[in-house]
Amino acid sequence: MIIDLTGTTSSEIASALLQARRHAGSPAMGMVGTIVVVVDEASHHDAMKAANEAGREHPSRVLVAILRPGRGAPNLDAEVRIGEGIPGEAVLLRLHGDLAKVPESVITPLLLPDSPVIVWWPGGGPKVPADDPLGRLGRRRVTDAAATRRASVDFTARAEGYQPGDTDFAWARLTPWRALMAAALDQYPTKVTAAEVAAAKGNPSAELMAAWLQCRLGVPVELRNSRGPGVTAVRLFTPTGPIALTRPDGAVATFSVPGQPDRPVALKRRTTSELLSEELRRLDPDDVYAKTLECMVERDRMPADAKTLDATDRKSTAAKVSVAGQKVAAKESTQQTAPTKQAAGKKAATKKAPGKKAPAKTSAAKTAAKKSTSKRVAKRS
Amino acid sequence: MTAELDEGPVGTTKPRNPLRDPQDRRLPRIAGPCSLVIFGVTGDLARKKLMPAVYDLANRGLLPPGFALVGFARRDYTNQDFAQIVHDSVKEHARTPFREEVWQQLSEGFRFVPGDLTDDQAFKRLRETVDELDVTRGTGGNHAFYLSIPPGLFPEVVRQLSEHGLTNENPGSWRRVVIEKPFGHDLKSARELNQVVESVFPPEAVFRIDHYLGKETVQNILALRFANAMFEPIWNSNYVDHVQITMAEDIGIGGRAGYYDGIGAARDVIQNHLLQLLALIAMEEPVSFDAWSLRQEKKKVLNAVQLPERLDLHTARGQYAAGWAGGAKVKGYLQEDGIPKDSATETFAALRVDVDTRRWAGVPFYLRTGKRLGRRVTEVAVMFKRAPHLPFSKTETEELGQNALVLRIQPDEGITIRFGAKVPGTTMEIRDVNMDFQYGGSFTESSPEAYERLILDVLLGDPPLFPQHTEVELGWKILDPVIDYWAKHGQPEQYEPGAWGPPNAHEMLARDGRAWRRP
Repeated sequence: MIIDLTGTTSSEIASALLQARRHAGSPAMGMVGTIVVVVDEASHHDAMKAANEAGREHPSRVLVAILRPGRGAPNLDAEVRIGEGIPGEAVLLRLHGDLAKVPESVITPLLLPDSPVIVWWPGGGPKVPADDPLGRLGRRRVTDAAATRRASVDFTARAEGYQPGDTDFAWARLTPWRALMAAALDQYPTKVTAAEVAAAKGNPSAELMAAWLQCRLGVPVELRNSRGPGVTAVRLFTPTGPIALTRPDGAVATFSVPGQPDRPVALKRRTTSELLSEELRRLDPDDVYAKTLECMVERDRMPADAKTLDATDRKSTAAKVSVAGQKVAAKESTQQTAPTKQAAGKKAATKKAPGKKAPAKTSAAKTAAKKSTSKRVAKRS
Repeated sequence: MTAELDEGPVGTTKPRNPLRDPQDRRLPRIAGPCSLVIFGVTGDLARKKLMPAVYDLANRGLLPPGFALVGFARRDYTNQDFAQIVHDSVKEHARTPFREEVWQQLSEGFRFVPGDLTDDQAFKRLRETVDELDVTRGTGGNHAFYLSIPPGLFPEVVRQLSEHGLTNENPGSWRRVVIEKPFGHDLKSARELNQVVESVFPPEAVFRIDHYLGKETVQNILALRFANAMFEPIWNSNYVDHVQITMAEDIGIGGRAGYYDGIGAARDVIQNHLLQLLALIAMEEPVSFDAWSLRQEKKKVLNAVQLPERLDLHTARGQYAAGWAGGAKVKGYLQEDGIPKDSATETFAALRVDVDTRRWAGVPFYLRTGKRLGRRVTEVAVMFKRAPHLPFSKTETEELGQNALVLRIQPDEGITIRFGAKVPGTTMEIRDVNMDFQYGGSFTESSPEAYERLILDVLLGDPPLFPQHTEVELGWKILDPVIDYWAKHGQPEQYEPGAWGPPNAHEMLARDGRAWRRP
């Protein structure tokens, strides 16, 4: 049933919810939390749809807040929906005039008791989500970097304002890619010497992917532009050849590993509801995301040539194996110290050390490399 | 005992993967490159459960790139015919939406090997197929054999597999075998079966599938008991009066006459499902949640299970008669096609067992299962003792029953707590009410099906939470005396279809001053 309320208050909405729930005959109390969706008039329908689809896995109370600040009188209109194919409850709220500046006054009374609150901005999100009046209500704050036009710039800004509990769809979009890359190294545990990510220009996911690889592997990672859609390829260069996952069409990817036949793998671009479902599965701060963001900020400050690979990094012919082998041996010290440092949970500065230093030295080494390869190896160690 | 403990949980000494981080819980584990070879691929189970589960896994991105599915059956199919069969079963039974690109990449790995299980040529072809897959799909010598066939054929298949070198593991690759219940029909046959299988496959490569113990259910029971503070303190004979474990089906034996007759409800269900549920409910807290520690606790409690002295008073069995069930006219068991007119196979079995531990002293566990009962339901009801003193008059509490905590296993997984509440009005009247928790209402829609979990565990080589051979043996040790007793004491009682079992089952509980819950 749908109940329309105009010029209303939070308590009227709360009693309408209760009434509707009784009326439907099912006390839908299995709800796991409240999802607050902050959205504009144009995209509220899609956002509501995605939230309801995600609700099939995580039945929730969905509060869609459309903020319409303007000169009109402050006013609150609400549409309460229960049943109608909605797994939990949904309320569409329109906040007019001055009320739009204090949306938390409307939302707070409508949060479900004791259960987590997730705030989601489908259209991008504030610069520092945790400082936003609605963001402050949430245990989890979900933004979508790819939704804005200046995605890359906005994302960098947000990365600097990260607070535990923040997360971004750009990160969730990567999960299948990361899963496949991790699985590849589960099966072929070789040393990676360099990596490369190709994606459409300004794709925030690609920047995260590059940062993640750099931070986890401690090797130089190059980010290249491609025609898209989204991320089109990730390559890990190893002494025996590249491990690659390429997806030129946004649907089916090819997975190749040295010495193995190429294998197709379905890797569709994920829908909004899938992404939201994933975010709802874990409600504690995503520490890996936090570390990756740190790395990304770090990468932004690195000189450009530290983020490009030269031919030696890419090449994986038999002739190069011995050199690569030396490289690996030389690098082992870095590799071994990295995990202990991370486990010790030291401050950001120390944690970044392997990610930051290795490529920085590479850039210095690169000039040297022209003279002799062996010298370069020595420097990198 | 020490020998048992010595086998200990085995530490994994895999090289560290820099891309894995224990904190990174978004990353699912994807199985390594491998193939799944299904024997009896044209059977019901394969069509309705296994193949859809394989697709769902692929759809969730949990299967490795290059995964291959090999069907083996006595049909004249080509690979394309087989793909069509899988396609149909996926369309009909899969739980996730059909996506063309997932299907495309999955179906490239479909192979079909026609042939009889006794046919040497067929196994030769299977060997060639598997070798071909290693080359073209990069399955790397990792193959799981799923024996979805009657257990009588296991020895033959296992012999053929080993004869054709299909069971040889090369270093760095694995071969695993999956077998379905029943794991034998008594202790002796279970041991024989185990010898056959373990003569070829090492114990850790044998996966015994018990789909009721798909991990979700098991883990939910464990979470309820051990993650909460409020249940464990009352989880003992001080507060619990008795426990009822029920698995009821509303259908008859259907087309399974050949399998079912001579097996019966007790062997089919009690020996494995119900005793496993009992173990999970009654066991002590494991020191950790790895498969090994869990198994130790389960073994301990199954070892402590005792049958009553008088099997005539504390067991019951029945056969469904002809009549009306759920608005349809149905045949009786003896009238089903392929069932001898004088069959003594029970379609309903109930028994009382006691768990001889301090925790459960004097708390009987009643197990029952049957076909053509009121509705399809599997549940565990923990019935609590009545309050020692009621400050209300008898008439006020006339409708107050025992408090109960019911773990619903299926169909709608969840928990019900039953307790007394005041009836609104001016008089004091207390009546039972239910408080219901569903695992998230529509939660279950996209949560993985038991077979998905099980197949993924097999492919990942996860130490199985499903039973190992010792547990199977313990199950038979408990059940064998009951089955022997029944075999010597004539026919099971007839019961009305669509009701809750034969009169003697109700008398059995009445003797103890209790009654079955209507689930």
